[in-house]
Amino acid sequence: MASAVVVLVILIGLELWNGSSLAIKKFGFHFLTTSTWDPVAEQFGALPFIYGTLVSSAIALVIAVPLGIATAAYLTELAPLWIRQPLVSLIEMLAAIPSVILGLWGIFVMVPWLRNYPFPFLKHYFGWIPLFTGPIYGPCMFAGGIIIAIMILPIITSVSREILRSVPNLQREAAYALGATRWEATRIAVLSYAKKGLYGAVILGLGRALGETLAVTMVIGNTPQIVASLFKPGYTLASVLANEFTEATTDIYLEALFEIGLVLFGITILVNLLAQLLLRTIATASATRAVQ
Amino acid sequence: MYSGRTDNHTWRKIKSALASAIAFISAVLVILPLGLVFFYLLINGITSVNWDFFTKLPAPVGEVGGGMANAIVGSLELLALAGAIGIPVGVLGGVYLAEYGSARINSVLRFLADVLNGIPSITWGVVVYGLIVLRFKSFSALAGGLALALIMIPLILRTTEEVILLVPNGYREAALALGVSRWKTIVHIVMKTASKGIITGILLALARIGGETAPLLFTAFGNRFWNHSLREPIAALPLQIFTYAISPYDDWHRQAWAGALVLVTGIFCVNILVRFLTRGRGPSIV
Repeated sequence: MASAVVVLVILIGLELWNGSSLAIKKFGFHFLTTSTWDPVAEQFGALPFIYGTLVSSAIALVIAVPLGIATAAYLTELAPLWIRQPLVSLIEMLAAIPSVILGLWGIFVMVPWLRNYPFPFLKHYFGWIPLFTGPIYGPCMFAGGIIIAIMILPIITSVSREILRSVPNLQREAAYALGATRWEATRIAVLSYAKKGLYGAVILGLGRALGETLAVTMVIGNTPQIVASLFKPGYTLASVLANEFTEATTDIYLEALFEIGLVLFGITILVNLLAQLLLRTIATASATRAVQ
Repeated sequence: MYSGRTDNHTWRKIKSALASAIAFISAVLVILPLGLVFFYLLINGITSVNWDFFTKLPAPVGEVGGGMANAIVGSLELLALAGAIGIPVGVLGGVYLAEYGSARINSVLRFLADVLNGIPSITWGVVVYGLIVLRFKSFSALAGGLALALIMIPLILRTTEEVILLVPNGYREAALALGVSRWKTIVHIVMKTASKGIITGILLALARIGGETAPLLFTAFGNRFWNHSLREPIAALPLQIFTYAISPYDDWHRQAWAGALVLVTGIFCVNILVRFLTRGRGPSIV
């Protein structure tokens, strides 16, 4: 039964490969480097989706990594003891919210708020940066990035927390003995000691960000284009699968979507392999446990 | 010179307090979305959670009213199907990893299970689409259940293995010394001791897949009526929420909020039940 995991990995690989063989043969490597997505003319290029996935995940990481690691440091090093357990429970609850519900909240609450307050502010003061130019519609790449950040915050926080907890107490005691303040002990003795594991936590978060589907689909605007402005709608690999899979009318269209699935699987499996290797080198069973 | 040192010391203390404050603000920002989501679910959903919601089928397009009875039952059916496949495979796989096999191969299997846990759930939908839907030329409850089961397997496998490894070796040795056979030791002594932990893992996995939408989009597909056969499309609560949320009708938006409130309540109840089950044991056993 344990070998089921091997069967599953092979199953995904084979099924996605078989499903997209026609598209792979027809478009070859160009599939990854062209940006026309026109089902009617049967022209398929995945570049806008790859771009959208990478950019939205990057926004998510920029937001979630500092917040997540700071929260983890707060939970293990800085917070008063009585506050730690309740906070951990709340973060676990956040992790339990399904993607579709966060998406629902995203379209009806978060996007209108972003459109009315922070976005005009950013445009007014930072409009000279190409990232913040152009009209503000509401659903856009930026909103997608923010919703992904919310989705991956719990995993980055809880894995980082387990890693910081696994730092030996001697490290802290040594720093305090030298007269370090609490923050200095955290920075010098704990955070830098745990650096490798924290990279693992971040890359694990990246893996989740790349595959996040429903919530992003609901707020990113679903337009395949490559533009600098974050206020413009985008599209991700996972979203195009969610939206167009049941609408694929021709064989080649379906095969192209299978190939999108293959690309997504390829990217996420590489990222997850890297994350697991990093987490394993610091060898904490507790860190891998937090992943679930 | 002396005063310089004092200033430096004060500055270091201020910096430490500042860092603590920033870390605290980060923690607040992390849990802020939880509060906001819950608040809006309550104010937008509570008025629409009524008897009709639990007992009626969706109203025809354009009409106001109706409920999500079929979606709630559909979600439970899908969970049962997924559990029927995913629980035995996951639990037995976990037992194998903890009790049998060579250490080297097991660590590879464990690694693969962890990697599988990070694969986007929509990928499973695509795989099952190719495997079942294309082959039988129909979206079906079976396909939906299978997609969810495949997500469950690596999850349950890892949690089961971990709680079984926590069972002290003395228990096994005592049973084996009494001449109890290996499999009887595992079933009656080891699994029984770890049963709470195993059940916890199963419940958490069910709560997790109960909210999954992406793998159901093109397997279970959704259905506005009751499902009469496992070979036909079936409705599911998260799917219905998605369809209603992106629709242009206000009445559907209202029901999406209600559905979301019901779904979140269900998932939180399972999580609280789990906490109740594991109470008194260290957090490490979850």
